[in-house]
Amino acid sequence: MKSVGLHSRLNTLFIKSITVLFVFAFSISAYSQDVDEARQKEGKKLFKSLCASCHKLDKKLIGPALSGVEERRENDWLKAWIKNNAELRASGDAQANAIFDEYNGSNMTAFPQLSDQNIDDILYYTTVGEIKKVASAAEGVAVAGETSGGAPEWLIYILAAAIVVAFLMIASLLKQVNELKGNVAAGETSDIKRDLHELWVGVKQNTFLKVLSTIFLLLVGAYFVFGTIFKVGVDEGYQPIQPIAFSHKIHAGDNKIDCQYCHSSAKHSKTSGIPSVNVCMNCHKNISEVSDDTVVELEDGLVLGKEQLDLEIAKVYKAAGWDADNLEYTGETSPIKWTRVHNLPDFVYFNHSQHVTVGGLECQKCHGPVEEMDELYQYSPLTMGWCIDCHKETKVNLKGNEYYAKIHEDLAKKYNVDQVTIAQLGGKECGKCHY
Amino acid sequence: MASNKKYWKSVEELKDSPIVETLSKNEFVEEIPTDEFLGDKETLENSSTSRRDFLKYVGFTTAAASLAACEGPVRKSIPYVVKPDDVTLGVADWYATSVADGYDFANVLVKTREGRPIQIMPNKEADGTTSARVQASVLSLYDQELRLKEPAKAGKVISWEDADKEIGLKLNELKESNKPVVLLTGTMASPSTDKIISDFIVAYPNVKHVIYDAVSESGAADAMLAMYGKRVLPNYHLDRAKTIVSFGADFLGDFHGGFEKQFIVGRKPETGKMSYHVQFESNMSLTGANSDKRVVVKPSDQVFALLNLYNAITGSNVPSKATAVDADVKKMASELKKAGSKGVVLTGLNDVNAQLISLEINKALNSEIIDVNNTLNVRQGNDKDVAELISGMKSGKIAGLISYNVDPIYTLANSTDFSEGLKKLQLSVALSTENNETVNASNYVLPTPHFLESWGDTQFDEVTYGLMQPTIQPLFNTRQVQDTLLKWSENTTKYYDYLKSFATTSVLTGSSWNTALHNGFFKKEVIEVVESVESTVVISDVASKLAASAKKSSGFELNFYTKPGLGDGKQANNPWLQEFPDPITRASWDNYLTMSISDARELGFSNPVKDNGAIDGDYAKISVNGKEITVPVMIQPGQAKGSIGIALGYGRTFGFKKEMQVGVNAYPLYANGNNIQYGVSIEKVSGTHKFACTQVQKTIAGRHDILKVTSLKDYKTVDPKDHHHGWNKPAYVSYDHNEVEANTIDLWDEHNREIGHHFNLSIDLTSCTGCGACVIACHAENNVPVVGKNEVRVGRDMHWLRIDRYYSSEVETREEAKELGLSRGDMYLALETEAENPEVTFQPMMCQHCNHAPCETVCPVAATSHGRQGQNQMAYNRCVGTRYCANNCPYRVRRFNWFNYANNNEFDFNMNNDYGKMVLNPDVVVRSRGVMEKCSMCIQMTQATILKAKKEGRAVNTDEFETACSSACTTGAMVFGDINNKEDKVASLIEDKRAYGVLDYLQTKPNVIYQVKVKNTNEG
Repeated sequence: MKSVGLHSRLNTLFIKSITVLFVFAFSISAYSQDVDEARQKEGKKLFKSLCASCHKLDKKLIGPALSGVEERRENDWLKAWIKNNAELRASGDAQANAIFDEYNGSNMTAFPQLSDQNIDDILYYTTVGEIKKVASAAEGVAVAGETSGGAPEWLIYILAAAIVVAFLMIASLLKQVNELKGNVAAGETSDIKRDLHELWVGVKQNTFLKVLSTIFLLLVGAYFVFGTIFKVGVDEGYQPIQPIAFSHKIHAGDNKIDCQYCHSSAKHSKTSGIPSVNVCMNCHKNISEVSDDTVVELEDGLVLGKEQLDLEIAKVYKAAGWDADNLEYTGETSPIKWTRVHNLPDFVYFNHSQHVTVGGLECQKCHGPVEEMDELYQYSPLTMGWCIDCHKETKVNLKGNEYYAKIHEDLAKKYNVDQVTIAQLGGKECGKCHY
Repeated sequence: MASNKKYWKSVEELKDSPIVETLSKNEFVEEIPTDEFLGDKETLENSSTSRRDFLKYVGFTTAAASLAACEGPVRKSIPYVVKPDDVTLGVADWYATSVADGYDFANVLVKTREGRPIQIMPNKEADGTTSARVQASVLSLYDQELRLKEPAKAGKVISWEDADKEIGLKLNELKESNKPVVLLTGTMASPSTDKIISDFIVAYPNVKHVIYDAVSESGAADAMLAMYGKRVLPNYHLDRAKTIVSFGADFLGDFHGGFEKQFIVGRKPETGKMSYHVQFESNMSLTGANSDKRVVVKPSDQVFALLNLYNAITGSNVPSKATAVDADVKKMASELKKAGSKGVVLTGLNDVNAQLISLEINKALNSEIIDVNNTLNVRQGNDKDVAELISGMKSGKIAGLISYNVDPIYTLANSTDFSEGLKKLQLSVALSTENNETVNASNYVLPTPHFLESWGDTQFDEVTYGLMQPTIQPLFNTRQVQDTLLKWSENTTKYYDYLKSFATTSVLTGSSWNTALHNGFFKKEVIEVVESVESTVVISDVASKLAASAKKSSGFELNFYTKPGLGDGKQANNPWLQEFPDPITRASWDNYLTMSISDARELGFSNPVKDNGAIDGDYAKISVNGKEITVPVMIQPGQAKGSIGIALGYGRTFGFKKEMQVGVNAYPLYANGNNIQYGVSIEKVSGTHKFACTQVQKTIAGRHDILKVTSLKDYKTVDPKDHHHGWNKPAYVSYDHNEVEANTIDLWDEHNREIGHHFNLSIDLTSCTGCGACVIACHAENNVPVVGKNEVRVGRDMHWLRIDRYYSSEVETREEAKELGLSRGDMYLALETEAENPEVTFQPMMCQHCNHAPCETVCPVAATSHGRQGQNQMAYNRCVGTRYCANNCPYRVRRFNWFNYANNNEFDFNMNNDYGKMVLNPDVVVRSRGVMEKCSMCIQMTQATILKAKKEGRAVNTDEFETACSSACTTGAMVFGDINNKEDKVASLIEDKRAYGVLDYLQTKPNVIYQVKVKNTNEG
């Protein structure tokens, strides 16, 4: 089995904050032309909500590309077509019927609810398109990305400094003692090397100091040994590189897709399930590219812009066997090999549905702010202590659950509480998770 | 009456052997082999590894291990591209289907996880039952070594198109020249397949269909044909029977597919009525072990006893002979007459004449227990046709053979005739799921799917029409036999469509196909009633022929039998079944010659117990009709003197790994499908056989109240707690020099058990037949590893659930023997005489989940602890392997992982290959080396039931809780549930007057409760 080193969260957090600062400083956006921004915005909104599932500006989807459609067709004809294309075709309009035949007789939805103003706004949007931003922000990011500042494990350094200071203090004390004893001629110039030598000699001579420093060294040693040992197998912050630069931030954060839309088995099963590619295709059949200003920041400082991200979507198409040009499935699929982020040992039984459906927990409780993560990492330590702590504190969610009715009443009486915790219900028993 | 029985587990115990004495005191039968790795001084001195080297190695490995541990392995997750709608990862799907492999037939439910079948359970709606073999057949699906993967011609891979073309040409050529071709299959019991075969025969009139069962019951079918004009097996409704007399019919084993469910329905003491079952037999069978009275009689005498019974009942006077058991026969004749239509006689002799006599007796009794209308189709083999086929092949008359899932070269007595004949054929095609010798000798090999990958229908009896549906995508490049035959008959229909239209038009009578498929069966309402055919059978002829067949000859009488584990040997490569101990001898991984104690003494055979608890055996060369085999001898209490027994189905080697090549093939002696062979000579030959037998390893150490048995009369009339005659007396212990009831004093504090669920498993010893389906169900559910013959031999078997078998004899206890002035030696001699026919009791034994568990008290790391729901929990990741718990367990149910049994070439069984691992239950961990494990009371199942209720926001339903063993139990002996739900069946069972806890004087308060065994001694 292959092994990879773990990214350290502390390092990346530091880089990130600096990056954000830089981005903030440089992101002064400027618009290119004099465009009626309000109209464009209104038009874009309507376009996205009504038209985008079948049309794109620059590419054929289910219907034709609409960029510059105003130049190709009469405004009145367009209005008639959009409001009710079937009627227009029925009236024997040659253009309408030609279009209909060109697209193999697929019906376009009628939009009688749209006012002329609405349609004009949409058409305005198709003409002016997206408003381009000046690329300075992206440059700033690129610069920031290269600025690397290793995060000091400050605690350790402070400790080390404290130790050095303590030794120096002892050294100076010893020196003074020696001087007072008259062992060394006063007024002699001293350098650090000599100080240290004197310290060493002093410690060697003084039994109390010998014992004290041995104990001290042992304690420091134990601190580091135990610190290391207890971290073995705890992969908090584990952030493997995934085959596709999938961003939870874009999906769950920006677009507010419900976690369980994709991880649908979390409410039914022990596993939350990595969504099958056909779930991706529910949306990505129509979303073949990201908007121009979409950015995904990876942990190693790499920033992916539109060009790279569109290639990532193409990877989904390849997996699903979707021919984006001819808009059809080829049948040649290749499943995506994701790297698992959350790994529990085999001897632990964990069930998502118990926590999601029965307990009513938010996914974020254990998985952290996934909606802010461009690249997913393991938020919680997933250690047994971490599980147990939560079981000890959390009160059982009784809402409308007949199962708990009697057992809770009895237990509440036994423990003399209003609402029992999961541990009191038996959630601390070994056999509940280990079988 | 229970008190003056002595229970014992092996013949050696009766000899008062010092080894057994020592073993009973040892917790682990074998010393920890420190010498093996420490060695002696000499070895150490010769070793090239110095102390410094050793330290270097230690240093390096420690450093390497700690470095390696710092980084976790990278695990990949590969989701579906398009997820099927009915699959939710992590949630099991159940499918109703049928099992039909030619020997085992059952309506079952199959549990699948992520598209893989992982467990088989009985389809209780269809009255389905599962045996150990049916349970284990899910593992045979994943048999990497034996499953055929590609079509082949003369050993070279060939495409299906080419194979079809070439075979089609040859078939047509043979048709034109009108040369006979035989289609040789086992029993399929499939109406649609029968139709396809008859269509195939219409297309190729030169084809003849011959049905061949390796273990034949041809005699019974022929008798039905002669008497009722239908070549089927009669059905027996033993649930309604009052008196059952069986002559060697192992009807709780494989006789006609088994009747254990019906038999036990008629034996519920609560109803106040139990059938009275008397077994006349020579081998100790499962049926004999469960009988009310077992009469030991060798096969030739069984024949005359049957004739004498016929004479006694009908008053006729057919020629017979006096036997030693005539008194019992006479008694049974009057019992049967008294029972009238509620009486029934069965015989296991595979002889048409014996079967005719038994049918005639049942006719004379006007028995309504035997059913000749709703008959059975599970053994259709025809010995006469098979004999004709072989002579035809030998003489060159037959030109072609198409075989399907049969292996005559292994199973025929005259297999050399068959394999020589096979070479003369112009066309030999083997359609088979598994590789075997016949497949290897055939020219064309066409792989067929396992029944868990197939479509199909079944008709085991006349009422239940079962359907078979695939539960997994075909693993290999296979095609169903039905598709092949349809193709060769120039029929372009797919078998699935054919089956669907066949079922809808001729069976379902308007009901929905989808419903039938969902349920897995369809109950027909109308059965054809057999017109009483004018029988041409002349009983006097039949009787004299029968009497002649048993003509006395010198030498032993050999009685073949099949074991609940291996049956006819079809699944001999299944490690679960090989490791499954025989219910009677408790030996696994072997077959052997069973011999009576006195014969063994005369011939000088013995079964010495080694100091590690394993037993050895001597070899015997047995010969009959010029054929001889060498087998180890196992002394079997209850074996008829002058008779010997041997199990079929062992000794298969072709394509098997070395560790699976166990036992001796007895088929060469099984001439003409006759399960009795006369005139067998036995010669002791040199050599010692090492048995893997667990019977002595766990002795009962003098604790005789483990078992409680009473008679139906006492059950009804005597107070169970009566101080003198009670049959379920509470235990007494000495406290302050006073005798007090054990439950008044306790070492432990009482827990509060009122809140939430409190699980309990009730085991009815009256209903348990010892069949062992639960053992295999436990294997499948809990990922119990297979450890192999050598490990079982030294007492390291891993079965979480074992079925203890106790022999008992109605003799004096030590105290009474003293009173009678018997010396110790005399007492054991008396016992040994009794041991010629002991009573047998089975007791499933698993972790008793004591509320006051001795194991929990001694664990230094608290790895085993008690749950509020009553389960004794074992946290494997916490266990450090001190084994104190096992040492302190009075029930000896804890199992220690001496090795890693998964991914270990030393244990090359199913957990060591990718196919075999597909059967593992993903909800249960595979334990690693150095930890203790044991029955968890299927905590993964109880937790899943609770979670289901929680998700649906309801309380758990009555009787919703199940364990693997309780759901597999055919007879309902095991009942699992929550005693805090007063509606649950188990809540009343724990209060039953038959309920008792094993070793109750220890006050461990187990959550497994046994129900006293009740036998019908036919008194009063």
